Amino acid sequence: MSTTFWIIIAGAIATYLTRIGGHLVISRFDNIHPRVEAGLNAVPAAVLTTLVAPELLNAGPAEWAALVVTAVVSLRGGLMAMFLAGAAVLILARQFVG
Amino acid sequence: MATDAISESGARSDFWQGVRLSMPVVVASAPFAVLFGALAVDNGFSVLDAFLMSALVYGGASQMVGIQLFGQHVAPWLIVLSIFAVNFRHVLYSAGIGRRIAHWPIIEQALGYFILTDPQFAVAEARAQSGQTVGFAWYLGLGLPVYVFWVIESALGAVFGKLIPDTHALGIDFLLPIYFLGLVLGFRKRPLWLPVVIASTAASIIAYKTVGSPWHVSIGAIAGVLLAVILPPHHSGVKARP
Repeated sequence: MSTTFWIIIAGAIATYLTRIGGHLVISRFDNIHPRVEAGLNAVPAAVLTTLVAPELLNAGPAEWAALVVTAVVSLRGGLMAMFLAGAAVLILARQFVG
Repeated sequence: MATDAISESGARSDFWQGVRLSMPVVVASAPFAVLFGALAVDNGFSVLDAFLMSALVYGGASQMVGIQLFGQHVAPWLIVLSIFAVNFRHVLYSAGIGRRIAHWPIIEQALGYFILTDPQFAVAEARAQSGQTVGFAWYLGLGLPVYVFWVIESALGAVFGKLIPDTHALGIDFLLPIYFLGLVLGFRKRPLWLPVVIASTAASIIAYKTVGSPWHVSIGAIAGVLLAVILPPHHSGVKARP
């Protein structure tokens, strides 16, 4: 088998370890301390924020317009509505400001 | 398995409810799957390699980083370590979602963790937060279309990669940030949401500027989680729940 193949296999195993590892560690404890539970509840906002925040550094007018519209729509609409609205504004704005 | 007709049709409607929720994810990730396939071939992967990596690793950002390094002839162990670093945030997802799916049979759990991506975690957490059970049929309905499309589109990208028109005008480089912002805002009713978002934003931007990518993800995430741990429990609302 080629080197590429083994890189893919090892990468797949490393990735699966990250996907199951947190659970394996946490499940060893019978009781979850309230502070740990508070930390776990913060995970979605904390991680997903880091996937957006650095994008703000390079965002131009088109990107900002899309993010603002996404934020406004998300206050009322569902996930699909907010995504389509943000994407539509982005594509439209980029035709004008690049 | 469930033999009575009622729970079987319940599972079926749960599955399709999950499929409906998967559609924005399928749309948002499609360009990246095609892009990954095209870049993979460009960096010396065969079409089969691109297909295998999408099918086995199944993590967009880490796959992009992996092929980028592969194209630069970086040592194999360093490529694997980089994939691990990019995917490290899943440790937190895994710890969080484990509480929601612990009642599944072990095989279903093993499969559930395999498809635990960013949107999979966020949408499943949102369902758990709304007081609904995260069942296997629903979870599979949410994850399976994303997986199938991801793998097929990667292979298509590898075959037809050179045909992609102007990606910037189509906005595909910014679709995922839009989607992730929507997910972040979806959690705004959680205790400590704003302080956590502020801490993670600040830490990830500082880390992005100093340490660099992909470490800004883990550093930013840990900053937000630590803040929630450190603040007195009465702020986090954990004790208040039954």
